[in-house]
Amino acid sequence: MTTVVERTNPVLRISGLRVAYRTAEGPVQALDGVDFEVAPGRITAVVGESGSGKSTLAHTIMGLLPGDARIESGSVQFRDRDLTALSEKDWREIRGRQIGLVPQDPTVSLDPVQPVGSLVAEVLRIHRLAHGKHAHVQAIELLAEAGLPEPAIRARQYPHELSGGMRQRVLIAMAMAAKPRLLIADEPTSALDVTVQRQILDHLQRMVSSTGVGIVLVTHDLAVAAERAEHIVVMSKGRVVESGPTAKVLGDPTDPYTRQLISDSRISMMARVHRPATEDSVAHVEVSGLVKIFPIRGEGIVRKRVRTAVNDVSFEIPRGRTLGLVGESGSGKTTIARLLLGLERPTSGFVRIAGQDITTTRGPELRQLRRQIQLVYQNPYASLNPRFSVEELLTEPLRNFGIGDRASRAAMIRDLLDSVALPSGTVNRKASELSGGQRQRVAIARALAVDPDLLVCDEPVSALDVSVQRQILELLISLQQSRQLSYLFISHDLGVIRYVSDDVAVMQHGQIVESGSAEQIFTSPQHPYTAELLAAVPGSRDHSTITTTSKEPTPWI
Amino acid sequence: MSSYVGRRLAQAAFVVWAAFTVTFIALRLLPGDPVALMLSKRSTGGAPTPQEISTVRAELGFDRPVVVQYFSALGDLLQGDLGRSIQSGQAVSGTIAKSLPMTLELGAIALVLALAGGVTLALAANLGTSAVRRQIMRSVPSIIISLPSFWVGLLLIQVFSLHWRIFPSLNATGLRGLVLPAITLALPGIALIAQVLGKSLYSTMQEPYVDTIRASGAGPSRILIVHGLRNAAIPAVTVTGLLVGNLIGGAVVVETVFSRPGMGRDIGFAVTNQDLPVVQGIVVVASLAFVAVNLAVDLLYPVLDPRMRSTSRLVAAR
Amino acid sequence: MTATVFDVGRFASPASNAVRRFGSQPGLLIACAVLLLVIGWAVLPELFTDQSPVEGVAAARFASPDWQHLFGTDELGRDLYSRVVYGASLSLRAAAIAIVLAFVTGTAVGLVAGFFGGAVDAVTMRVVEMLLSIPPMLMSLVLISALGFGTLNVGIAVAMSSVAVVTRLMRAEVLRVRTAVHVEGAIVCGARWPRILLRYILPAAVGPVLALAALDFGLVVLAVSSLSFLGFGEPPPAPEWGALVAAGRNYMATAWWLTALPGLTVAVLVLSTTRLARALESGKSIR
Repeated sequence: MTTVVERTNPVLRISGLRVAYRTAEGPVQALDGVDFEVAPGRITAVVGESGSGKSTLAHTIMGLLPGDARIESGSVQFRDRDLTALSEKDWREIRGRQIGLVPQDPTVSLDPVQPVGSLVAEVLRIHRLAHGKHAHVQAIELLAEAGLPEPAIRARQYPHELSGGMRQRVLIAMAMAAKPRLLIADEPTSALDVTVQRQILDHLQRMVSSTGVGIVLVTHDLAVAAERAEHIVVMSKGRVVESGPTAKVLGDPTDPYTRQLISDSRISMMARVHRPATEDSVAHVEVSGLVKIFPIRGEGIVRKRVRTAVNDVSFEIPRGRTLGLVGESGSGKTTIARLLLGLERPTSGFVRIAGQDITTTRGPELRQLRRQIQLVYQNPYASLNPRFSVEELLTEPLRNFGIGDRASRAAMIRDLLDSVALPSGTVNRKASELSGGQRQRVAIARALAVDPDLLVCDEPVSALDVSVQRQILELLISLQQSRQLSYLFISHDLGVIRYVSDDVAVMQHGQIVESGSAEQIFTSPQHPYTAELLAAVPGSRDHSTITTTSKEPTPWI
Repeated sequence: MSSYVGRRLAQAAFVVWAAFTVTFIALRLLPGDPVALMLSKRSTGGAPTPQEISTVRAELGFDRPVVVQYFSALGDLLQGDLGRSIQSGQAVSGTIAKSLPMTLELGAIALVLALAGGVTLALAANLGTSAVRRQIMRSVPSIIISLPSFWVGLLLIQVFSLHWRIFPSLNATGLRGLVLPAITLALPGIALIAQVLGKSLYSTMQEPYVDTIRASGAGPSRILIVHGLRNAAIPAVTVTGLLVGNLIGGAVVVETVFSRPGMGRDIGFAVTNQDLPVVQGIVVVASLAFVAVNLAVDLLYPVLDPRMRSTSRLVAAR
Repeated sequence: MTATVFDVGRFASPASNAVRRFGSQPGLLIACAVLLLVIGWAVLPELFTDQSPVEGVAAARFASPDWQHLFGTDELGRDLYSRVVYGASLSLRAAAIAIVLAFVTGTAVGLVAGFFGGAVDAVTMRVVEMLLSIPPMLMSLVLISALGFGTLNVGIAVAMSSVAVVTRLMRAEVLRVRTAVHVEGAIVCGARWPRILLRYILPAAVGPVLALAALDFGLVVLAVSSLSFLGFGEPPPAPEWGALVAAGRNYMATAWWLTALPGLTVAVLVLSTTRLARALESGKSIR
């Protein structure tokens, strides 16, 4: 296996790395003096928010910087070679052979017209490790090693026929095919459901102990880093803010940025102060026996294929309280939101808001009903018309419902911006000029403009950085208290759900498998799926069953 | 899969019927009287008498109600009878049968030239290290497409036939006589394919899966040819239908410029002489060819793109 | 939150940005000049030539290009340059008719089809398919047979061959915006359909359609001149460009300028409009 020398020398050593992009407005510094080392046989996590430079770092190590990026100074030492000085031809011997990359999004990272077995075999062929039939046989072995079930069958399938987790395993197989010494995993689990995420990360850990490869795990999720990495490097604005053994950095951080990051990430572990349900809480929202079946177009002539998105769902939301609806992708939670908002009609069942059945209301009556139910949507970049200014966006609901006149509207808008902690100058900015967090605040302000009673929040913070997430959640909680709003809060992120919800309902395959108060669900889950979801949250359990090289407990357990 | 083919065949039949009907309706909108026009062109002196007009009209069946004419013509169409030319009195189907091979010959060679030239230009616009050269290659298609066909053809004749006497000019047969017309006909097609395929290649090369292959250590030629072309070709194939349509239309001008016998020249004459049955016949046959090509392209999609194949192998498990 | 020096570029007016980019590209300037020149020819031909396009001087037959006759003369001794200048208005008129007719009709029908959906949409798309089943040139020829010759009819014929593509594009854009997330957000805010149509759908859909119109203009000029080359435009002695080339065919061996120069004019005009259209397209997308 590896020699003693190799085991103690770092497989990667970066010193003083500075990388800049040429843009229309001048050079942008992506990396501003980065130093760190990666030891073999260990996982080193590079943690940072968006804009920290961690992606640029991953690309620099692979020599995959785009044409408008320049390495200004510094060195990247990989096993006695300086990667910054390599020619393109030399790079082709390093990439895939000595350093492997597991890219971020498995849905778009595989060539859609090739069977996955050929993709893996190709890596072997490129580096002349196998030819023809033999390469294909080896490819199947590699897929098996990556944990893909029924590898011989899967090898003949195309990427679109596999699930996200399976595709990620194919990418891992491709990256490890030539048995590299260093593996860069670029956010390898952000696009996956939390249960699949756990399996993939387990697999990466197993690989480290069995092959001695060094892994650089690039992630924005501090909990993942804390749980899996022996060594952690915290980045912000192109610099290394702090680095060292994980336990030390997270247990006793020296840099204020690190401290802030840790406290923001602790959302997942902080439970909210629960208000007990009072006896006379009137059920504000009543959902009973909700079913929604979608026909699948173009399929079958004799029998139409259908998809049951929501299958007999019932719940209640008392006035002024938050129901957290949690589930993975495909669980039906977004469909529930749309049914509640009247954007879809249920196949059967009803939804009553303040006693009125919205499923049978149509036309102008439905429109009027919209004043009571508003939506904060996940993607702040899509939910606001980018051409509109903030003023137009906020005036729109007021004008549509005939609230106030021109003079009073201006005052109302100022109040709204105030209540979401945005300066009044924002009024003239266009939506496209605002950051994600700012846009989400505008979206919340817009939802509040008509003074609704129920707010449906569909993954409102998933697209935001962790520090901004915390701010938005705080805002939502304080608004609920001051305005007595009821919330239906939908998310796949258990930490967020725990933070905001009074009651929780867990969904799987269109059905609610368990529901109860937040405390109940999180401390003593009854249903096996709930338990599985909780166990999959990074940082929620110890991993002594997985072989790691670090014995120090992380401060999360 | 067979239901897919069946549906496309039905659609093709619909489209041919549509071409026939649209042409029929349009031609019946004529403000003037084709019979009178034809007779006045034939006779050497004096306008035809109303008597003569009505006789000829009854002969040709133009005095029946329009609906009857339509169904009668449709019935004839299904039997392969496209009527008779008002001008010459000959069966339209016979005329087409004679001209069709000439046009097919010209079109086929032009198609090959267009594909070869277009693909080469598209590759040149995306390969190589010189950004300046690539930029130049990218602007070539829009220059080519701005040149009028008739002008290019005449220019080629002037240079290569009249001045340098390499190729025969007008009314030529045989392989040498095909060269100049085929090039003229192919040029807009080269531009179209180069542009569409070039753009498609460019955006394909930005796709994340290309980065994955690059990260595996593949060289630029492998990336472009094995992965790039195959994916880029998929949206570019859509354009083949348009290409054939342009070839059909272009043949009208090219055959006229080079005085080559063929369906293009025939329809040109027919329009000049307001010979309705000939116009209609040629349009229906051309649409049939057009539709056949589009159908072939549609059937080609699942071959190129595995995502379009039957979904029976979809697995939903984790 | 605080404005940085980078913000200045974004807040500067699109007009000044456009002017700056304009000046830095010579090809664009030439294209603009050509277009303006041809428009000048069409609107005020007397300003550009003092010779008659219809009366020829017999003694000056088949004169090759020189300072007195920039483009030479034809078989009747007419100054070719003047004929080209006067022919500009005919070509531009036919092209304008074609573009306006195709795009106004196509936009309206596409909007209705995409917006209302259902049966209206299904019927419209079937009709569009029917029209698309005939290659464009042949469609134009059918219409010429039906309507007769002349500039107006050529315009209508070319319009008919492009209207289906415009309809399809407009419909696709309308559908795309109709199902967009921010439109749903507007519905939740209580917006009614007329407002959605006017403030959301139209502004977004119009962009790609206008881009297509700009690009199409060149192709329309080509189609119009091809039809007049085949003899379907205004009858002689109208100096339509295509007809000029067709007439010059008989004298190709001896008077090359009769075919080469009017054809060159067409080519240069189309090149210029295409260049301008592409600049407009990339200018819009940058903003």
